[in-house]
Amino acid sequence: MSTVDLQNVSRWYGNVVAVNDISMTLQPGVTGLLGPNGAGKTTVLHMMAGFLAPSRGAVTIDGSPTWRNPGIYRELGLVAEREAVHGFLSAYEFVLACAKMQKLPDPAAATKRALELVEMTSAQDRRIDTFSKGMRQRTRVAAALVHEPKVLLLDEPFNGMDPRQRMHMMELLHTLGDQGHTILFSSHILEEVEQLSGLVQVIVAGRLAASGDYRRIRRLMTNRPHVFAVQSSDDRRLAVALIGEKSVSGIEVEANGLTVRASDYGSFTRALPRIALGEGIRLRKLLPSDESLESVFSYLLEA
Amino acid sequence: MSTVAYITARGLFGRRRVLLLLPLPLLLIGLAAICRAYDVDPGQWGQAVVVGLGLAVVLPVISLIVGTGVLGSEVDDGTIVHILTKPLPRRDIILAKLLVAAGVSAVTAAVPLFVAGLLADSVRFGLALVVGAVAGAIAYSALFLLLSLVTRRPVLLGLAYILVWEGLLGRFVSGTRVLSIEQYVISITDKIAPTGMLDGKVSVPVAIVMSAVFALGGTIYAINRLGSFSVAGETS
Repeated sequence: MSTVDLQNVSRWYGNVVAVNDISMTLQPGVTGLLGPNGAGKTTVLHMMAGFLAPSRGAVTIDGSPTWRNPGIYRELGLVAEREAVHGFLSAYEFVLACAKMQKLPDPAAATKRALELVEMTSAQDRRIDTFSKGMRQRTRVAAALVHEPKVLLLDEPFNGMDPRQRMHMMELLHTLGDQGHTILFSSHILEEVEQLSGLVQVIVAGRLAASGDYRRIRRLMTNRPHVFAVQSSDDRRLAVALIGEKSVSGIEVEANGLTVRASDYGSFTRALPRIALGEGIRLRKLLPSDESLESVFSYLLEA
Repeated sequence: MSTVAYITARGLFGRRRVLLLLPLPLLLIGLAAICRAYDVDPGQWGQAVVVGLGLAVVLPVISLIVGTGVLGSEVDDGTIVHILTKPLPRRDIILAKLLVAAGVSAVTAAVPLFVAGLLADSVRFGLALVVGAVAGAIAYSALFLLLSLVTRRPVLLGLAYILVWEGLLGRFVSGTRVLSIEQYVISITDKIAPTGMLDGKVSVPVAIVMSAVFALGGTIYAINRLGSFSVAGETS
């Protein structure tokens, strides 16, 4: 059982503040680190992994600072976002080398176990540079897990994985979390975090925007007003019909269609086709106009 | 430490870059062999081939290719992270890399230098060149290993040191010779086998002490730099 602690941590590069006064404690189990690209997730992960000194504040694992302290790697595994691996080694050689560098008593057995865990035994003797992105990723996870670390940090671990591999990786992380490992993975995709973890830390523009149970955060996200651009065969008649719908909070009729404000994403998107069908109106375009993650996150930040 | 050395050596010999090590030694041996075959007086070609090509180009350039290859390429492609996320003292990582770099550079440069020395003068001169090359390979490797950690362009900076500092300034500004590894190698070799071909510009004690300063200073500073190795996030 290990905890990772960030106390008032900031990190800046010259005049640019990448991480701004973040405090969080990671407990055993799976936690998702969520935020749009460029929010500072990688910077936070790198500080936790001892690859970046905090400009201010303290990053510790079980009370030991992570910066300039190679001893923490006995308890820490890292799967970095950059997928560089020693491509001239086979998966087995690579994971074995990691086991040996960890000074494990039985590196060969640990290697076998780690490769089995990520289902890479069948390809273990192939050179890594012949692997697909997903296979490389699994090999790197095996290398990070070979010493059974109490803390596992993964930066965008699902990038490049197909759905089956994704599912398998999620199961693996779940199992490890249930066994008492402290696992943090970063992602900019809300659904990934939702499937994998009950706890999330949301980072927006270097600041901790939300922290806690994902359901609460998800509710905040889905309950916000959504804006849609709609075009149909008869915009004006559709506007009249839509205004009677409870989830619609406002409509603007414009030259090239309607701008509809909905208070509830789910109810509106279900109601719209039903209403259009009932009125005999053909829908030509339905475009959520503020669906970029950045807008979702910035809404969170305001909430 | 042995695993780090193993991965380093595999990385070095597994890349195409290793082919760059071949032409210069072959050129050195070839030139010496041609001169010898045509019975040219070693007094006429010895200095140009052994010093001008061997000590001024082959030894430092080979050390540069290897020295920046053992660490610089891993820093460049990010694979260094896999070695750094291990509970290994940073000293062990640097020493393993230095051992591989100095070993490979020494062998690659010393063999052709020995052959050239043999053809130009005697076995003794050849062996003296081997000793000089080994001392030079250690000092150069420590320097170039350090450059891989302090700059994003270690090869460029290393070439500037070899060509501008040692090659150009060393010829015209006598003060720069005190910080020229090439001059240390010349002095040490000349002390072991005086031939008249080599003209040491620094005294032997200075050469020995300064070689050690380069080797030790570079290594210690590199260990310290690796301890504070930062990885900047691509998305940060």
